[in-house]
Amino acid sequence: MKEEIIIAGFGGQGVLSMGKILAYAALMDNREVTWMPAYGPEQRGGTANVTVIVSDKSISSPIVDSYDTAVILNQQSLDKFESKVKPGGTLIYDPYGIHHAPQRKDITVIPVNATEAAIEMGNSKTYNMILLGALLKARPLMEDEAVIRGLKKTLPERHHHLIPLNQEAIAKGKSLVK
Amino acid sequence: MEQEVKLMKGNEAIAHAAIRYGMDGYFGYPITPQSEVLETLTLEKPWETTGMVVLQAESEVAAINMVYGGAASGKAVMTSSSSPGVSLKQEGISYIAGARLPALIINVMRGGPGLGTIQPSQADYFQATKGGGHGDYHLIVLSPATVQEMTDFVGLGMDLAFKYRVPAMILADGIVGQMMEKVVLPPARPRRTDEEVRAQCPWAATGKHGRGHRNVVTSLELDSAVMEKNNEILQDTYKLITANEVRCQEYFTDDCDYLIVAFGTVARIALKAIEEAREKGIKIGLLRPITLWPFPTDAVAAMSRKVKGILTVELNAGQMVEDVRLAAEGRVPVTHFGRMGGMIPTPAEILDAFNRDFGKE
Repeated sequence: MKEEIIIAGFGGQGVLSMGKILAYAALMDNREVTWMPAYGPEQRGGTANVTVIVSDKSISSPIVDSYDTAVILNQQSLDKFESKVKPGGTLIYDPYGIHHAPQRKDITVIPVNATEAAIEMGNSKTYNMILLGALLKARPLMEDEAVIRGLKKTLPERHHHLIPLNQEAIAKGKSLVK
Repeated sequence: MEQEVKLMKGNEAIAHAAIRYGMDGYFGYPITPQSEVLETLTLEKPWETTGMVVLQAESEVAAINMVYGGAASGKAVMTSSSSPGVSLKQEGISYIAGARLPALIINVMRGGPGLGTIQPSQADYFQATKGGGHGDYHLIVLSPATVQEMTDFVGLGMDLAFKYRVPAMILADGIVGQMMEKVVLPPARPRRTDEEVRAQCPWAATGKHGRGHRNVVTSLELDSAVMEKNNEILQDTYKLITANEVRCQEYFTDDCDYLIVAFGTVARIALKAIEEAREKGIKIGLLRPITLWPFPTDAVAAMSRKVKGILTVELNAGQMVEDVRLAAEGRVPVTHFGRMGGMIPTPAEILDAFNRDFGKE
């Protein structure tokens, strides 16, 4: 298998760290993986995106033309990446703040109300983990166990008490995808 | 054996590799997209474990001259920066080359000219391989395409620098500095003792220790006849390096009709383009120079006798293409496709460029 994923949104929404947890989960699952951030001025408040490629074979290019799966967190990113999802691919997006919904009919479009769900959970920082859960339900790339091990690797030890909350958020995200 | 597979950025990998190599000192000044080298070293605090010095200098110029001093005393020392910062270091690099000292310089390239942009580039190829500073000198220039090579080239570069008393450079693009992928770090080894340094570097300014004479390290020589001899020593060394240290990697070159030459991350993007072309029956091969100096001239020349055309792909306006043309000696057309200013071509754009140049044949 090989999955080429773009995660895109505003800086501060947890785009890069969501990609990082996914990348670490792939590492824990003995897959090949590349994590390529747009590292420009985006980090200082504009749009941010990261390309994560997970594969059973070695990965040639960390840069691709089109994606199997897109996780989109704002309108600008939807405008930029909707056309770059491969036919038959998957587009997950949070409808919050989206004025023009995705139009493609040749891909699977999955709206996930992650902003709402994060407010329900009482912690806005669970936002990106809810979306990660949704991604893993729509595209079962790896077992939960690898994701939890990935989380442990990504979070500094002083934050390990937050792992159960993150697990909850991932489960919540999964429940939002039918 | 420590064979633990880790996930990290190329810049972070360089820092870990330096500590494990037993590097004596790092002197640098922060600049995007390579600041994680200094940041990671600072977080790892190697001065508490191996005794490695890590110092944020007041400027790039200061940093390279600290490297000059450390290298003159036989120590394994390094610096890292990105394009504008490496321009500032050029005077020092020329002095280090002239004084025949080993050192490791890392350039994680960003778009120029001038302050340019913080996005990836390969526009410092000329600077790295053709001089950069003044005088007839070369650096051994290594081009990593993976985070694993970012790791491995720290040791390789420093070893080659000591072997030939020539400074080595890792010329990376911002992509491989910033991206994360799997990496196996080399086993840690201790820094050399003072006795080992004296034994390995009889030329170094280490104090007499019964030697009878003082070593003086300088690039200055006012007697032109002697200075010409010093240059001849350098040129003999470069000949030896050219004969022994050329490295490149070939993919799909057994049966290819056309060849793409690309270095660093761009070679990986080109490889994906080639894989896609092969699915359509178009047989393209890839030659990836690993040493940009010495350039794999013989390998490119050999391929130019087999293929119908060569396309170079670079993150610049056409720099390595000149070395490819010199190697091909007009046997086949050699064309160039480049993106500049921090833009990165996709595999489809590379295929479009290939079709533009060779599609009608």
